Amino acid sequence: MTWYAFIGALEQGLVYGIMVLGVYLTFRVLDFPDLTVDGSLPLGASVSAVAITNGVNPFLSLALAALAGFAAGAVTALLNTKLKILHLLASILTMIALYSINIRIMDGPNISLLGVDTVLDPFISMGLAGYAVAPVLYGGFAIAVTVAIIWFLHTELGQAMLATGDNPQMITSLGVNTHHIIILGVGLSNAMVAVSGALVAQNQGASDVNMGIGTIIAGLASVILGETVFGRSGVARACIAVLLGSVLYRLAIALALGLKLGVFAVTPSDLNLITAILVVVALMAPSVKRRFGGARS
Amino acid sequence: MMIQLEQLTHYFHKGSVNQVMALDRINLTVEKGDFITIIGSNGAGKSTLLNSLAGTFPPDSGRLLLGEKDISQWPEHRRAKFISRVFQDPLMGTCASLTIEQNMALALRRGKARGFSMGVNREDRQRFRSKLTHLGLGLEERLGDSVGLLSGGQRQALTMLMATLIPPQVLLLDEHTAALDPKTARQILELTQNIITEQHLTTLMVTHNMRQALKLGNRLIMLHHGKIILDIKGEEKSKLSQEDLVARFYDRQEEELLTDRMLLG
Repeated sequence: MTWYAFIGALEQGLVYGIMVLGVYLTFRVLDFPDLTVDGSLPLGASVSAVAITNGVNPFLSLALAALAGFAAGAVTALLNTKLKILHLLASILTMIALYSINIRIMDGPNISLLGVDTVLDPFISMGLAGYAVAPVLYGGFAIAVTVAIIWFLHTELGQAMLATGDNPQMITSLGVNTHHIIILGVGLSNAMVAVSGALVAQNQGASDVNMGIGTIIAGLASVILGETVFGRSGVARACIAVLLGSVLYRLAIALALGLKLGVFAVTPSDLNLITAILVVVALMAPSVKRRFGGARS
Repeated sequence: MMIQLEQLTHYFHKGSVNQVMALDRINLTVEKGDFITIIGSNGAGKSTLLNSLAGTFPPDSGRLLLGEKDISQWPEHRRAKFISRVFQDPLMGTCASLTIEQNMALALRRGKARGFSMGVNREDRQRFRSKLTHLGLGLEERLGDSVGLLSGGQRQALTMLMATLIPPQVLLLDEHTAALDPKTARQILELTQNIITEQHLTTLMVTHNMRQALKLGNRLIMLHHGKIILDIKGEEKSKLSQEDLVARFYDRQEEELLTDRMLLG
């Protein structure tokens, strides 16, 4: 892998890491498989892109993206809790609805961000090297979000959220309205995914309605990869593990893309297959480790 | 008067051909400090009665009063401020993935608004440690262990402690020792008795064990087909023997058979 490809993968791992933490919040903490993310990632990108092209500060546009993402997640959660629609189906419904909504927001399938200011520009104009700014800035964002999530999950509210995913009957009989917690959790998760989408759009210079396809799979792959490699005991460890898992996932993808065997070369269209294999391997790893007498857990 | 049930009725599969009347116009007044044991055969409506009190479902008709308040339509989480319960399944009352202290902290905030303060603080920890010391299970040294590492008996003891960490106005026990081995069941029962006496808790306890039902509490209720067919209090209860109880049980069933026969014949 070239240095350039490595930096690129690191950058992507960090910026998508915010999305991965969101997926962790629903998938692991709330035990709520949420496919809304395939729609809320481009939602965040669209909102941010429209805001920036209309002269809004790029940082402020992230807040707008987060609000939009929260609303999208809340819709899924409401469909699930109030209308009793299965979580998976509820999230698919929101996801497909978001496809139309995103095109409405952008008034078209995409918006270019070339030539407008993004969150990176203030730092570049300070004279920092362009290739270094993105990984450092995104790393800063990702770490800040990770710390915030770890803190949140240790608060009274966060603890109630962990309990809602683990034992809803128990936490209900301790006086918590699990519907509220699910709405808050799925909303928060999608807010993070939307911010991630907004940053991705600003980084790649465009928002596109199709940029969200496969988000949930990438998210799950990163969560599972991170947990398998770095462990999942305890909230703090798990959160850091899934962020690192995101970086690892992007590195693995970059590595695979550089693979050439004679005339055979991996193309971007092979990535879905590679991701699927990666997830299966990560899921298999613990039992393989046991069988061959590896580290006892 | 603590709780009053007025004509409380609940159906299963309402409106279908399988409709069953699980609670049949139950009238019951529970006095403050009452410790009521509830017995009855399978399907008599014992657990349904407790679920109905806890708010798992609203009653199909009738009223449920807590003090002066009509709480019939209150959802479970809202009633939790006043009503605490322990389930039969030791895994139901605790979160396996959270630590002992985190579980206890969740219970310490039963019925209170939860915000952004730390889930477990230093003061709590001190309090939990002293509470756990009373259990005599050595759990006070394991505050940071996840509850998933504990045995069923330890988890039920912890649940018992959590349910009464803030004294509830009403404590519901749903065969909470039935899934445990005899020795552990005895320990949990002893713990239950101590806590109830200490905190003067108004308690309703479902049990399958007639001896338990006779030994514990000041009042005994027998349910049959969703109706209260026996309600014995105070001195009368303390004089009651197991044989009497069995006899009364079959008596009532016989009576019912007779009336059925008379009706059909």
